[in-house]
Amino acid sequence: MNILISHIAVPVLTTLALMFASTQKQVRTIAAGGMTIQLIQSLVLLYLFLQERAGGNDAVVLFKQSFAWYPSLGISFDLGVDGIAVAMILLTSIVIFTGIFASWEVDKLYKEFFISLIVLAAGVYGFFVSLDLFVLFLFFELAVIPMYLLIGIWGSGPKEYAAMKLTLMLMGGSALLVVGILGVYFTSDVEGVRTFNILVLGQHHIPIEMQRIFFPMLFIGFGVIGALFPFHTWSPDGHSSAPTAVSMLHAGVLMKLGGYGCLKVAMFLLPEAAQEMSWIFLILTGISVIYGALATVVQTDLKYINAYSSVSHCGLVLFAILMLNKTASTGAVLQMISHGLMTALFFALIGMLYSRTKTRIITEMGGLMKVLPFLSVCYVIGGLASLGLPGLSGFVAEMTIFVGAFEHEDLFHRVATIVAVSSIVVTAVYILRVVGLLLMGPVRNEGYYNFPKAKWFEKIATVSLIVGILVIGLTPLWLSDMIRDSLGTIVDKLVLK
Amino acid sequence: MEFQYTIWIVALPLLAFLINGLGSGKLPGKISGWIATIAIGISTFLSYQTAFQYFSSPSRDKIIAFKTTWLRFNDTLHIDLGVLLDPISVMMLVVITTISLMVFLYSQGYMKNEKGYDRYFAFLSLFSFSMLGLVVATNLFQMYMFWELVGVSSYLLIGFYYDKSSAVAASKKAFIVTRFADLGFLIGILMVSFYTGTFDFEILTNPDNLSFSTTASFLGLSTITWALLLIFMGGAGKSAMFPLHIWLPDAMEGPTPVSALIHAATMVVAGVFLVARLFPLYHAFAPTALEVVAFVGAFTTLFAALIACTQYDIKRVLAFSTMSQIGYMMLALGVSGYGGEEGLGYTASLFHLFTHAFFKALLFLGAGAIIHAVHSNDIREMGGLRKYQPITHLLFLIACLAIAGIPPFSGFFSKDEILAATFATHPIYFGIAVAVAGLTAFYMFRLYFIVFWGKEKTYDHTPHEAPTIMLLPMIVLAVGSVLTGFIPFGHFISSDGQSLDLHINWSVAITSVAIAFAGIVVAWKFYKTESDSSDKVARSFGSVYTSALNKFYIDEIYILITKGIVFRLIAQPLAWFDRNIIDAFMNLLAAITNWISSQIKEFQSGQVQKYAFIFISGVLIIVLSFIYATQ
Repeated sequence: MNILISHIAVPVLTTLALMFASTQKQVRTIAAGGMTIQLIQSLVLLYLFLQERAGGNDAVVLFKQSFAWYPSLGISFDLGVDGIAVAMILLTSIVIFTGIFASWEVDKLYKEFFISLIVLAAGVYGFFVSLDLFVLFLFFELAVIPMYLLIGIWGSGPKEYAAMKLTLMLMGGSALLVVGILGVYFTSDVEGVRTFNILVLGQHHIPIEMQRIFFPMLFIGFGVIGALFPFHTWSPDGHSSAPTAVSMLHAGVLMKLGGYGCLKVAMFLLPEAAQEMSWIFLILTGISVIYGALATVVQTDLKYINAYSSVSHCGLVLFAILMLNKTASTGAVLQMISHGLMTALFFALIGMLYSRTKTRIITEMGGLMKVLPFLSVCYVIGGLASLGLPGLSGFVAEMTIFVGAFEHEDLFHRVATIVAVSSIVVTAVYILRVVGLLLMGPVRNEGYYNFPKAKWFEKIATVSLIVGILVIGLTPLWLSDMIRDSLGTIVDKLVLK
Repeated sequence: MEFQYTIWIVALPLLAFLINGLGSGKLPGKISGWIATIAIGISTFLSYQTAFQYFSSPSRDKIIAFKTTWLRFNDTLHIDLGVLLDPISVMMLVVITTISLMVFLYSQGYMKNEKGYDRYFAFLSLFSFSMLGLVVATNLFQMYMFWELVGVSSYLLIGFYYDKSSAVAASKKAFIVTRFADLGFLIGILMVSFYTGTFDFEILTNPDNLSFSTTASFLGLSTITWALLLIFMGGAGKSAMFPLHIWLPDAMEGPTPVSALIHAATMVVAGVFLVARLFPLYHAFAPTALEVVAFVGAFTTLFAALIACTQYDIKRVLAFSTMSQIGYMMLALGVSGYGGEEGLGYTASLFHLFTHAFFKALLFLGAGAIIHAVHSNDIREMGGLRKYQPITHLLFLIACLAIAGIPPFSGFFSKDEILAATFATHPIYFGIAVAVAGLTAFYMFRLYFIVFWGKEKTYDHTPHEAPTIMLLPMIVLAVGSVLTGFIPFGHFISSDGQSLDLHINWSVAITSVAIAFAGIVVAWKFYKTESDSSDKVARSFGSVYTSALNKFYIDEIYILITKGIVFRLIAQPLAWFDRNIIDAFMNLLAAITNWISSQIKEFQSGQVQKYAFIFISGVLIIVLSFIYATQ
C-alpha cells in the first residue's frame, strides 16, 4: 500500500477500533498503539523520501497516487508529498503521539474524546498529502469541525463561547477559501479541461485581474487559522478553553495549515498578485509579530501567554513567506515545525501543571522548580527554545527567516525585517517573566510539596517533544536542505524578475 | 602543522556539561566537580600546547583547524562551526582555560555544602564550552551563537540560587539587557552580510579584498558605520559599557566564583574581543565607529570608577572596577591605529585584557574567601581580617597592587601601554585615563584597608582562613598577576601581525605611578583606622556623592522606561485594545448577525396562519402593482 494512503488509513482504522473498545485501559492502549504506529511510519516516510532524493529522484512530489473521484468536475483524489509535506507530516505525528500521552488521564467520555482527536489528526494528514484543492479543502474542514466538539464538551471555563467563536471565525476563513478555490478553478483554463490539481494549476497562468481578487481571499482564508492580525482573536479564547491535547494539536499543527496553505496554494497559484500585494500583508504580519509579543508581556494566564506568543511566532511564519525568497520561506517552514514542537510542549506542560496546582494564573504560583524539577526543567528548555537559544530549534528557524528576509532588495522589506527582529527582545522578556514567576522564587504554598512527581506518560510526552526540538536545533542541515529543495517550484515563480 | 586536536579544547567542557547535566542528582558524591575540573584541565593543557605550537612559528596567519557547515542559508551565506586560530583567539584560549581551571578548583571548596552541586558544575562547564566556542569562532554567526550561549549560561549561574527573589530578578535583568544589546549585534550581522555576502572572519578581517556594494548613508553616517556601531552595541552590552552596564552590579547575586570567571575575567571582555576581532574592518571602513568606541570606553571607565569609590558591597565595588577596567580596554582599542607603533592601542588593550583576567579573578576569589569567612558582603561588617586570613590578605594585596598599577605588578605594564597609547593620540582621554588610575588605586585600597585593617568587628564565629583547595588557585593567579606583565606581549599580538616592541614610556609611567600612590595614600589616611573623616569628606561632595552612591540613578531611568513606558503605556493598552476593540469587533459581528436573524426569524415562525397571511399579502401587492403598471 502506498505509504501516504496508510497515513490516512491508520488513524481511520484506529478510530474504528476505538469504537469497539470499552474500558479506559483499552481505549488508551488502542489510541497510543495506533499513534505509535503512525509515528513510526512517518519516520519511515522521511527515510524513504530522503533515500529517493539521494538516489536522484527530483520529481516535484514523490509517492504520487491518483484516484479519479468526480472526473466530470475534474476532482480526483491525488496524493503526493514534497519535502515540506514530509516535514509537516512528521510534526503532526509527533504532536498527536505526545498528545495522546498528555491526555492519558482524561476520564470524561474518554472514548469519544480520543475518537474526535484522532479524526482531527486524520484530517490534518489528508490535508498535507492532498494535491487536489477540492480534497485538500475537504480535509481542512474535517480537521476544523471536531475542534468544536472537543472544546465544547471537554473544555474548561467559558467553553461553549470559546468553541463557538473559534469555529465561527475559522468557518469565516473557510468561506473565503471556498470562493478563492472556486475562483482559481474557474479562471485557470487548462486547455478546456477544468482541474483542481495544484501542480497542473500551477503550470497555468491566471489573469492578473483575477489574481488580484482571489489572492487576498485565499491568503486571508488560510491566514485566519494562521492567526493573522486582526483575525487572531479566536486563538486566546479557544486555546484557553480547550483541553490539553486539543491545544497542543491546534497550536502545534492546525495553525500550521494556515502557513502551509498560504505558501502552497495562495502564493504558488497566484504569484503575481502575491508580489503586488505582499506589502499589505507584510504590514499585517509585522504587526502580528510585535503586537502578539507585546500583548503576551502583560498576560497572567499561562494559556493566554502561550496563545499570544503563538500569534507572534505564527505571524513570523506568514511574514517570512511574504519575503518571496527561498531562504525566508525555508525559515517559515522551519518555524512552523519548531513552533509546533515548542507550543505543543508548552501546552502539555501547562496541562500537567494545572492538574496539580488547579490554577493557570502565574501570579498565584511560584517556586515550582523546587517541587516539580522535571517538569520545570522541561518548561525552561521550551522557554529557551522559544526565545531562540542556539542549539534549540527556535534559533535555526528564526535566523533563517531573518537572514532570508534581510536578503530582500527592497529597503521597505529590510526595514520591516528589522522591526520583526526586535521581537526577540520582547520574547525574552515574557519568557523570563514566566520562568521567574512560575518556577523560581520561594515555594508558594506548603501544599506544593505533596505534588505527585512527573508520571511516566508525562515524561514520554515531554521528552519526545524535547528530543524533536534538540534534533532540529543541533543538526538543522538535513531538514533545512530538504525543505529548501522542495521550495524551488514555488519560489521560482515568485522571485522578482 | 596540525591543529586538529584543538576541537577537543572546546568539546571537553561540553562533554562535562552533558554528563553532569543529564546525571544531575544521580551522580555519587562530589564526582561532578571532578568530572568538570578534569575536562577543563585537559582543555587547559591542550590550550597551552596550542599556544606554544602557534606562537613558536613566526607566522601569525589565521589557521582554520576545523570547520563544518552547520546550516546553509543560500549559495553564499552559511553558518559554519569551526576553530579559527590566530593570535587573539589563541591568547583567549589560554586566558579562558586558565581562569576556568582555577575557578573550577576553587569552587570545589567554595560550593562544597551547597545544594545543586551537580547543577553548578554542569552550568559552569556549559559556560566554559560556550566561551571557548565564542573565541575560536570562524565567522560572525558562530560567534553570535556562542555569544547567546554564554549569555544563557550567565543567566543560569546568576540565578543559581533560584529560590532567592533578588537572584531571580538579577538574572532576568542581565539576560534582557544583554539581549537588547544583542539585537543590535544581530542587525549589525545582517547588515554586514547583506553588503559583503559573507560571515567569514577570514574575508571580513581582510579589508583589502573587501568591497561594500553600497555607498548609502543614513543620518550622515554610512551604512557600514551603522552596521559596525550596531555590532559594537552587542559588545557594549556584554562588556557592561555605559549605558548598557546596569546588569553587571546586580549579576553579583551569583555565587562568587561565578563572578570571578564570568563577570570579571572572561565573558565581560567578550565585547573587547569582538571589536578586536573586527578591528581591521572598523579601522578601514568606520573610523567614526571607533571614535564612538573610544568615547564610550573613556566615559565608562571614569563613570564606573567614581561609583566604585562609594559602594559598600565588596562584590559591587569589584563589579564597578571591572566595568572601569574594561572601559580602559575599549578606550585603547578606540584610539588605536593599524600597524606598527600606530597600533599600540590594540596591543595595549588586549594586554590589559590578559593581565586584568588574572588579578581581577584573584580579587573575586579573594572576596569569595572573605565572604566565606564572615558571611556578609558588606564591607562595613568587616575589619581587621588580616589577623584571621593572613594568606588571603597577602594575595588580595598583590591583586590590589596589580590593579592599581604599581610596578612591577602586571597591571602596571599593561595600563602603562594604554596610557601611552592615549597620550600619543588624545590628550583629553589621557587626562581621564590618568585620573581613573588614581581613582582605581583609591577605591581598591579603600576596600583593602577597611576589610583587612580597620576596626575589628564582632563576628558570629571567628573568621577562618580558606581551605587549601581555595587557596591554591588563588596562589596560581597571584603568581600570574605578578609575572604576566613581563611577557613581551607585542611580539605575540599586534594589530597587523608584525612583532611590536613594547617599551615603557617613562614620563607617562611616572605620572601614573605617582597618581596611584596618591590614591593609596588618601585611602590609607581615611580608612586605615576607622574614623568619620571619610564620611565628612564624602558629605562635602554632597549631591555628587549621593548620586554616585545611587549609581547616578541609571537603574531608575531604566525602570521608568521599561515598567512605566513599555509595560504600562504600550503593552497593557495593547492587550486591552486586543480584548476590547479587535475582539469586541468580532463579537459585534456575531451580535449583528444574531440581531438580524432575530429580526427576520418571524418569517419562519411555523404558524400556518402567518404564512398564509404573508402569502396573500404578497399576492395582493403583486396583483396591485401589475394593475397599477398596466394602467
